[in-house]
Amino acid sequence: MGNFIKNAKEFLIKIGNAIKNFFWNIRRYINKFKRKISDFLDKKKINPAGKFPGWAKALVYLSPALIVLGIFTFWPIINSFALVVYENYNMTSDSITGYTIFGNFIKVLTDESFIVPASHTASSAVINTLIIVFISVPISIFLALGISVALNSIKPLKGFFQTVYFLPYVTNTIAIGLVFAYMFKTQGGLVNQFISFFGIDASELSWVETNAVYWRSMFVLIFYSVWSSLAFKIMVFLTSIQGIDKQYYQAASIDATPKGRIFSKITVPLISPMIFYITVTSVIGAFKIYNAIVALFGVQGTPPGANYNLQSIVMYIYQFIDGSKEGQLSVAAAGSLILFAIILVLTIVQMQVSKKRVHY
Amino acid sequence: MELRLEKLTKVFTNKNGQETRAVDNLDITIESGTLVALLGPSGCGKSTTLFMIAGLVKPTGGKIFFGEDDVTKLAPEKRGIGLVFQNYALYPHMTVFKNILFPLENLDVPRDEAFARVKEMANLVGIGELLDRKPSQLSGGQQQRVAIARALVKKPRVLLLDEPLSNLDARLRLQMREEIKRIQRETGITTIFVTHDQEEAMSISDKMVVLDFGKEQQYAAPQSMYNQPGNLFVAKFLGNPPINAFEAEVKNKKLIINEKPFMTLNVPDGLYDVGMRPENFRVADDGFKTEIKDIFHIGRDTMIHFEFNGNNVRALVDSDTMKVNQKSVSLTIKPERVYIFDKQTGKVVNHG
Ligand SMILES: Nc1ncnc2c1ncn2[C@@H]1O[C@H](COP(=O)(O)OP(=O)(O)OP(=O)(O)O)[C@@H](O)[C@H]1O
Ligand SMILES: [Mg+2]
Repeated sequence: MGNFIKNAKEFLIKIGNAIKNFFWNIRRYINKFKRKISDFLDKKKINPAGKFPGWAKALVYLSPALIVLGIFTFWPIINSFALVVYENYNMTSDSITGYTIFGNFIKVLTDESFIVPASHTASSAVINTLIIVFISVPISIFLALGISVALNSIKPLKGFFQTVYFLPYVTNTIAIGLVFAYMFKTQGGLVNQFISFFGIDASELSWVETNAVYWRSMFVLIFYSVWSSLAFKIMVFLTSIQGIDKQYYQAASIDATPKGRIFSKITVPLISPMIFYITVTSVIGAFKIYNAIVALFGVQGTPPGANYNLQSIVMYIYQFIDGSKEGQLSVAAAGSLILFAIILVLTIVQMQVSKKRVHY
Repeated sequence: MELRLEKLTKVFTNKNGQETRAVDNLDITIESGTLVALLGPSGCGKSTTLFMIAGLVKPTGGKIFFGEDDVTKLAPEKRGIGLVFQNYALYPHMTVFKNILFPLENLDVPRDEAFARVKEMANLVGIGELLDRKPSQLSGGQQQRVAIARALVKKPRVLLLDEPLSNLDARLRLQMREEIKRIQRETGITTIFVTHDQEEAMSISDKMVVLDFGKEQQYAAPQSMYNQPGNLFVAKFLGNPPINAFEAEVKNKKLIINEKPFMTLNVPDGLYDVGMRPENFRVADDGFKTEIKDIFHIGRDTMIHFEFNGNNVRALVDSDTMKVNQKSVSLTIKPERVYIFDKQTGKVVNHG
């Protein structure tokens, strides 16, 4: 029996070696072939690399990505520019009644529940989205920074804690949303149980269900979006903090620098490119928020019985996207372009600010 | 302020339980206001010693005194030291001005005075015009001066420099060496200067410590260490061209070389390691006759190669005393310039 195992082992090693030899030889032949081609080309005085300019070669390498981007990104963008000038576009008959430049934009901008809160909802898609962006993004960035510094400084069980904080990232958003909705249930929800633990009557305190007031639902939504975006930020910050040369901290400690100043004067500036990257991408991501609201409040974005709406801009656009009525697709296109413009302007602003504040 | 190390020891233990004695039982007293060079080959524990004095590395054993204060357990920020790192560790996102100002921001110094001190310090090290630049816009030598200014601006009790010149080119090294010495003189601050370059250590320091495998080999003024090396390691480590070392026997108080008596020595009979520096040989008619294997005329000096007990030996002598293509030579050397080392311990037998 022992002999058999020994033989089997040797056999496996032999096979492994044979495979490695095989690949080694393939590489050898490819190299030989390449050399032959270039020798041949040299002899004929053909220099293909010299004939084409650098950008042409770059274009060849980029073409697969460009083709995919063209079909799935650029073509739709061009189309949405086209859609926006159509009047009463009918998808089934592919017919229009005329052209307009601002008509569809005006429709969106004056639509109740886009910018101006509708009389019966007291909330609008733009207001909702802006609240989420300007509250949840700063909170999550500051929290992520603090947590990554803390994680970086602990020694025992470091890997364990880093995994724990990273878990939300690999968990499905909808699943977390359902857990949140359950936690914030009025009857028997974890949060209300926790509150009543302090002697406060929470039996009627509704967060995401009937009678939940706007700010309470919004709180849950922000809480949720902060939580679900934290993991990725922590991972990025932690990696960049770990990349900082230890000597800066040693120098700072010799100069009796307090912890807070080390954080604000050394850690933050040295990872500022990463903070900038995270800020830009989170602002963009938050403007496009969608699945978090659906997970918590359903596709309508309204807690049952509520007189307001937690719809985001993307959800607003989405309700027109089936194009069942004439002209709706054009309204959706106009909404998308407005969202695009807002994000573009904000990103440019951030880039300008970063020129002063980010140290590369 | 005087700085005293008592039986200072650092043992690193890695994951598989292997131990490295980086610093081994160091006993050194550094007098107030002197510049002491910590010299030794790579990996001998120089940086570790410095970092223990700075408080960045915890000693395994022993004590560190600043004057009368035991600072062994004191946190680095409470020690009042200035440290210049091997690669400067200037904060890349701050200007030169902010870099030098940084240590003062953590102290109780009025703003006007802090600014004045930064300017004064910058002028002292000669970078007064570069205050608005970022470290990446400076040459290596300029960065090094910023690092020194940053270390000095808070008027530390001790200045520690970890191979500060190792990244500079040869000319700049010479210049910065003198600069550091000048700054140290002007400020009168007790300074430890780490280097693995013996020439640098000899030219800059009042006293130097030679380390090997974490153990102190000798602690003396440069010239006296050069002339009276405590052991074979020190003798070999100092000097360029290096000392000639070979085995030789002492019989009836006579040093035997090439089966002939070379000179009379007052040491017990036996087999020894013998050291003779190339530049200590002189040409003299009544000297020890030997055949020349190779001869190089290099301007003022002439380097001759010959054999002592089967070892290649070099002598650096005055060119005027030699003829071109000379085949043999008579050499003498002063008895106090012949070093006899014990074969077991390596300790010098005929000095000190
Ligand atoms: N953190 C550490 N863990 C384990 N061993 C270490 C550690 N730091 C240093 N050592 C070991 O201690 C010894 C002394 O290191 P040290 O850095 O003091 O050398 P050095 O004299 O400064 O050398 P160099 O001139 O190359 O800078 C070396 O053998 C090194 O491998
Ligand atoms: Mg070192």
